[in-house]
Amino acid sequence: MSIFHSPFGWIQLVLFTGILLVLTKPMGVYLTRVLDPKGKTFLDPVLRPVEKLLYRIFGVNPESEQAWQGYTMSLLIFSLIGFVMTYGILRLQHLFPLNPQGLGPLSEHLAFNTAVSFTTNTNWQSYGGESTMSYLSQMVGLSFHNFASSAVGIAVVGALVRGIARHTAKTIGNFWVDIVRIHLYLLIPFCLVYAVFLTSQGVIQNFNPYVTARLVEPAAIETVKRDVPGEGIMERKVEEVSIPQGPVASQEAIKILGTNGGGFLNANSSHPFENPTPLSNFIQILSIFLIPAGLTYHLGRMVKDQGHGWTVLSTMFVLFLAAFLICWWAESAGNPRLHEIGIDPALGNMEGKEVRFGVFNSALYAVVTTVASCGAVNSMHDSFTPLGGMIPLMNIQLGEVIFGGVGAGLYGMLVFVVITVFIAGLMIGRTPEYLGKKIEAYDVKVSVLFLMVPVLTILGLTAWAAVSTWGTISLNNSGPHGMSEMLYAFSSGAGNNGSAFAGLNADTPWYNTLLACAMLLGRFFMIVPVLALAGNMVQKKRAAGGGVSFPVSGLMFASLLAGVILIVGALTFFPVLSLGPIVEHMLMLKSGSLF
Amino acid sequence: MAILQSKSLFDKKILFQACADSLRKLNPLHLMRNPVIFVTEVGAGITTLELIIGFGSEHILFNLQISLWLWFTVLFANFAEAMAEGRGKAQADNLRKTRKQTYANRIKVDGSMEKVFSDALRQGDLMLVSAGETIPADGEIIEGVAMVDESAITGESAPVLREAGGDRSSIVGGTRVISDWIKIRVTANPGESFLDHMISLVEGAKRQKTPNETALTILLSALTIIFLVVVITLKFFGLYSGFSISITTLTALLVCLIPTTIGGLLNAIGIAGIDRMVQSNVLAMSGRAVEAAGDVDVLLLDKTGTITLGDRQATELIPAKGVRIEDLASAAQLASLADETPEGRSVVVLAKQYGLRGRSIAEMPHASFITFTAETRMSGVDIGGKRVRKGSADVMEIFTDKRLPDEVREAVEAIAHSGGTPLVVAENDHVLGTIHLKDIVKGGLKDRFERFRAMGIKTVMITGDNPRTAAAIAKEAGVDDFIAEARPEDKLRLIRREQAAGHLVAMTGDGTNDAPALAQADVGVAMNTGTQAAKEAGNMVDLDSNPTKLIEVVEIGKQMLITRGSLTTFSVANDVAKYFAIIPAMLINLFPVAAPLNIMQLHSPQSAILSAVIFNALIIVALIPLALKGVRFRPLSAESMLRRNLLIYGFGGLVAPFPGIKLIDMIVHALRLA
Repeated sequence: MSIFHSPFGWIQLVLFTGILLVLTKPMGVYLTRVLDPKGKTFLDPVLRPVEKLLYRIFGVNPESEQAWQGYTMSLLIFSLIGFVMTYGILRLQHLFPLNPQGLGPLSEHLAFNTAVSFTTNTNWQSYGGESTMSYLSQMVGLSFHNFASSAVGIAVVGALVRGIARHTAKTIGNFWVDIVRIHLYLLIPFCLVYAVFLTSQGVIQNFNPYVTARLVEPAAIETVKRDVPGEGIMERKVEEVSIPQGPVASQEAIKILGTNGGGFLNANSSHPFENPTPLSNFIQILSIFLIPAGLTYHLGRMVKDQGHGWTVLSTMFVLFLAAFLICWWAESAGNPRLHEIGIDPALGNMEGKEVRFGVFNSALYAVVTTVASCGAVNSMHDSFTPLGGMIPLMNIQLGEVIFGGVGAGLYGMLVFVVITVFIAGLMIGRTPEYLGKKIEAYDVKVSVLFLMVPVLTILGLTAWAAVSTWGTISLNNSGPHGMSEMLYAFSSGAGNNGSAFAGLNADTPWYNTLLACAMLLGRFFMIVPVLALAGNMVQKKRAAGGGVSFPVSGLMFASLLAGVILIVGALTFFPVLSLGPIVEHMLMLKSGSLF
Repeated sequence: MAILQSKSLFDKKILFQACADSLRKLNPLHLMRNPVIFVTEVGAGITTLELIIGFGSEHILFNLQISLWLWFTVLFANFAEAMAEGRGKAQADNLRKTRKQTYANRIKVDGSMEKVFSDALRQGDLMLVSAGETIPADGEIIEGVAMVDESAITGESAPVLREAGGDRSSIVGGTRVISDWIKIRVTANPGESFLDHMISLVEGAKRQKTPNETALTILLSALTIIFLVVVITLKFFGLYSGFSISITTLTALLVCLIPTTIGGLLNAIGIAGIDRMVQSNVLAMSGRAVEAAGDVDVLLLDKTGTITLGDRQATELIPAKGVRIEDLASAAQLASLADETPEGRSVVVLAKQYGLRGRSIAEMPHASFITFTAETRMSGVDIGGKRVRKGSADVMEIFTDKRLPDEVREAVEAIAHSGGTPLVVAENDHVLGTIHLKDIVKGGLKDRFERFRAMGIKTVMITGDNPRTAAAIAKEAGVDDFIAEARPEDKLRLIRREQAAGHLVAMTGDGTNDAPALAQADVGVAMNTGTQAAKEAGNMVDLDSNPTKLIEVVEIGKQMLITRGSLTTFSVANDVAKYFAIIPAMLINLFPVAAPLNIMQLHSPQSAILSAVIFNALIIVALIPLALKGVRFRPLSAESMLRRNLLIYGFGGLVAPFPGIKLIDMIVHALRLA
């Protein structure tokens, strides 16, 4: 079925776009107040005393700011402490309360992988939530990072924007003040309201043991054992199911708002306990983009060039829209091979999708969650058509700068802005400058470092996996589709996205360890260059504006920026994508083989 | 322009030399400085090795051609650099001829003379140079006046006056004294002279990378590393997919992807930028200075000599009541005959327009002439009882011993108000009228300033005149701002103020008191006629000593930056098409279903890869003229300039390779090369 025959899809898209754009400015204004240590919010009467108390307890002087080195050190120490705490909890969860199912401790490599995953805002899950994590592990070990890592991302972009907006200065803000304020005024109050809203839709919030229910109609499940030769098909009769419980709503809110994506339950947002209604689905998609969109307005406000902020937002939006339309089109078109054997093409490719969401909402969720480094899913990306599945993969590989993770998206985008200005800036007959600041060797050095880290990580580790036994043994599919599965895993790790293509058994020592490395590289080896960039930009003189400056607003700059992102991304990943999804698509159209 | 004459772009001798140099530059140690081309050379080496090892295989023809074209790619890049250097070298050779070994008359401490070789002279030595001798070293005149032929340096054949003290005391080694003698204190040791400096500059021998080139090299290196990883991992992905991509193919892909175009032309563009400065007789002391010239957004222009012709000119005669204009003209001319100042001569010329024949002092033996002096501020002639005088209004009031008539007074005030200088003419005590002396703004400046304004460059005029005069001239010339009654230290203050506000400032200067400002300015162009101090303080020297050239300097700087940016954009945009040639070619053997990806319908996988490599090599050669001459520069606003260049080089770079590669593929196929 063509996307042109889906009026409700288009209506939803317009509604989604409209509400997002309306919310951008108020969100941006609010973020600016949160990120300004002296900013006033409507929560001040209640929270100001708490804020002051926290400073006193932790011995933070809110008046003193840090240079980029100090800011970076604070950030790394903060993240390290959080990582150690979570690793400890996961390894010792059987000793702690709130474990009604009596779940045992996690293996070293799974605990390492998971602790890294949540510290880095990736939320890659090599485990199934309900079968692995105690309630305490979920609420303290993991949810702590859902808040903290989001706050870190927002703090970093706050520091970078200060670096761009200020001139001939030394400091880029105080990390501890930023972290405290982002938690107090943004994440905690917003999530409180959000969680309550989610419970109204049917998301559960309790500490009960799991419920066992008898199936009305007992089912037989066939499983194929491939790795045991000669075993063939095994059949198992299922008469009852265990229904997991737990404090889901409180974790769900920050999972979405903080673009974390780590589901309480293994099925993530396709599970009715996480995402029960069309409304909850719509709000989830919207709230993934809320903070990233608001941050672009914050950028414009801080650099006193609102046009620039809107231009960055428009670039993001157009790239998002293009990605979505392709994905929606591919999923609506479905698989011609399946249509041939009599499957009704009307609904498009419904494999791996929830019936209550359908193709439109699954495609939209998939694109939003991957452009935005969220990683929550309401459908299985592994089951998308080759091109439909390539889009989420490409979104991650483009650096998740299209809206992107909270903070991470915009700071990645700003690095692309710096690169764009540097490449094209000379064409106006001046050495390149961004908002009046010269882009010099040091800025280019840290910016290209930022670009290189994910490329080297993704391609290097995938190539290693592709020719190793440890890499290919985990695959459920061979051929191009298997390639996509490995590529997706490392892209998701290095990109700190956390969504999985599935079809890959990632809970092995090799994958757990290497994916953890990918996540660490993709987080901290990119944050440090960004803060170095902020530190270098902040001390620069700002040249006078006027007709001489490189125009960073308007259609031309937006196309230029989009062009650079696409060309750099496409040139880097086109060869490997052509061996994965592109060839798979050709095979699907032209030959009988399916993967 | 005799010495630094412009050579045609492809002078035969330079071309020949450049071919030889491009082979010499294959030395990997030399290429290390240019990471992109270095990687290309390593790639060429690897494919050659592959060729030798796999000799006799079925791919021999293909491997051979790929290897050859990869070597050509390196050679073409070397050739571009050698061409740019060659133009400078030819000029340096000419300069070197003037730096021949000469004798010098050194003055010993006791005052006696000794003859020494010029390279024995050291800083601080005193020497005597007489008419007909070549000046053996750079120095400062401490005694004497002489006419000096500086054509060896400037190409200007008319000799110039050099004298001790003041702003015309510096002297350059290699020039020749035409008349009289001068005593000189040596200011530069052998090998450090202005001429030596000039030679090394035009040769590009000691050229340092400019800050922007350094930054660009970092970006290009990063892209090279990224593509290196892309290509190496592709080998592994191929193995996973069940086919082995040959090393030759992978190397071909790598070289096509790394930005060889800009990598190969980057040095040539920089050298050509300095070279273009030299062509217009400006010596930039570093590439950094040329870059800074492009960035300048405030021009500090001296009124006299830069905006106006050096001298005021008589433009109008206004007779007093009852006086015929011809009589006024006649009297004005008589009174000016003895006034040798340019103003005086311009009065004589103006008077001729009123039907007077030219008169000269010689034909009036009985007349006694009163020449113009700074004290009297008056000139004239006494002839047959007639005392004809011209002078400023207050002086003439004293001369005639009565108040000026009202209409004359009004005329005087009107002229002063318009920024001109009024001169009153009188015969005995009878006032005949007024001469209007005017600063003449150089032709075409107003348009030029207008274009600068469109580019966002502010022009500020500096003058010692009073604010009223200054305002009038500023208006006429179309400058954005002016500083009147300026003292030398005001320039420095103004530069600091503009810089603090985030501007980059360019200025010209020649006097010693300009030196601090020249040093402070981001681009300081010292006049060659200026003092040693001024030349040392600035970062450019204009051999023609033409202050208006500041404008050209800025344009050349911008042109170089635009060329670099445009070719970078072009180079990166090119990659897209090369991908569409090579990737399908690699896939098609294992996955025949991938045929639709071959959107250019190239004949075979091998011809596709070969065509992409050939295109990649040839595009460097095709762009050499552009790199050397620079892209066409038009003064436009930043926005329109970006739009224009983006369309030509960005969009053009995206599209152009498609037909290019297709065409080469057709030729390759027709010749059965693959």
